[in-house]
Amino acid sequence: MKILIPTLLRSYTDERSVVEGHGATLAEVFTELDARYPGIRFRIIDEQDVIRRHIRIWVNKHEVRTLKIPVAASDEVMIFQALSGG
Amino acid sequence: MKTDKTPRSSLPRPPAGAVALLVATRKGAFILRSDKAREAWRIVGPMFFGHVVHHMVLDSRQSAKGVRTLLAATSTGHLGPTISRSFDLGKTWSEAKSPPAFAKVAEGLKGRAVGHTFWLTPGHASEPGTWYAGTSPQGLFRSEDDGESWASVTGFNDNPMYASWTGGEQDGTPDGPKMHSIIVDPRDPRHLYVAMSSGGVFESRDRGASWKPINAGVLADFRPDKYPEFGQDAHCVRLHPLAPDVLYQQNHCGIYRLERPGVKWQRIGENMPRKIGDIGFPIVLHPRDPATLWVFPMDGGTVWPRTSPDGKPAAYVSRNSGGTWRRQDSGLPKRHGWFTVKRQAMSVDAHDPVGVYFGTTGGEIWASPDEGEEWLCIARHLPEIYAVEAVELAR
Repeated sequence: MKILIPTLLRSYTDERSVVEGHGATLAEVFTELDARYPGIRFRIIDEQDVIRRHIRIWVNKHEVRTLKIPVAASDEVMIFQALSGG
Repeated sequence: MKTDKTPRSSLPRPPAGAVALLVATRKGAFILRSDKAREAWRIVGPMFFGHVVHHMVLDSRQSAKGVRTLLAATSTGHLGPTISRSFDLGKTWSEAKSPPAFAKVAEGLKGRAVGHTFWLTPGHASEPGTWYAGTSPQGLFRSEDDGESWASVTGFNDNPMYASWTGGEQDGTPDGPKMHSIIVDPRDPRHLYVAMSSGGVFESRDRGASWKPINAGVLADFRPDKYPEFGQDAHCVRLHPLAPDVLYQQNHCGIYRLERPGVKWQRIGENMPRKIGDIGFPIVLHPRDPATLWVFPMDGGTVWPRTSPDGKPAAYVSRNSGGTWRRQDSGLPKRHGWFTVKRQAMSVDAHDPVGVYFGTTGGEIWASPDEGEEWLCIARHLPEIYAVEAVELAR
């Protein structure tokens, strides 16, 4: 699947705006992503597996607030910085 | 009052080389480097541009290869917190593999998450590579690999008394409750102190496995019980490296001194001028004279403006352990100087005479090469300054 990386996280992905993702759930996708780009997961998801307050994650056209959802290879995962702070 | 004079013959030789100020700001980090005379200053940076840098600390110890590790605690408005490491004084940085994080709790329970690392302290001289970090919300973490990975000090973080000691979210600063002032006794790596806003001061004698509050005599005027066992709001605590039984504390409710093995703090801020009061954030100590210390008072009246009283900024120095205080404002604005100096934003070098430095929330850095007698603004227009650490680049 495709994962869209916002500018503030591209220092982890060699400045790539789109990277490939792998996994059967969103949790697996972020674990695998962190194995390739160490440190990226903790900037997005805290130690209680909660998506951080000012981060938004969308799978296709649906915003998700949990990692416990199934995903398919055809899905597109988008990470956004929330419009917080004006 | 005891004067704590150390015989001059036993003092280490003061350095005379260039000084660096490690400046952490709300929008990045900077390093100000002086010449040998500490007269000309050059700014390097910004590093971590746009990131919130809470503290940047250079290891007081040196590796066999002569390297001193530099750590920076950073976060951003959107991303989670991390720790970055440099082995070339900030030219290049790498990120910690596992930054401070609380243990994951069982499904269905609400767990803690580190909002940011607020304070960094190198470990004992006999334990190279060991560091401590204090976080928001209050948590204590230890690294034994030079900041690469961090483990929870469970004796504190998972202590059954943790919730009572630390209070709730409303008991913290506007930026969240914090652990700070992590102190390692230079005589004993097992002997630690930490302080919290809020929570007060705590002591461990077994490397963090168990803790005791040590707050007797410290006022908490925001509670119905004015002198509780814990729950005070310690702003900054310092231990004198050459007199490690002497502790000084700038608290939300005054300036205090404690001499161990005593357990009751004495309010030395009562000796400050009444119209100035003894509220502030930072407190710094003379590197060789345990009786000399500086504070930077702020307005803690009415709605707590947290600026210089009456818009007239000044440091105050005591040379007799807080028995008397003297105003030091030469070179500082005589009026309309609405400074706030945060708890990590005042520092001293080790020269003779000692250089004293502070950074303001308005992005200015002020320096005094003569122990506070004369102040000079050496940088303006930086972002809001969170921390200033003075370090010696060479003897």
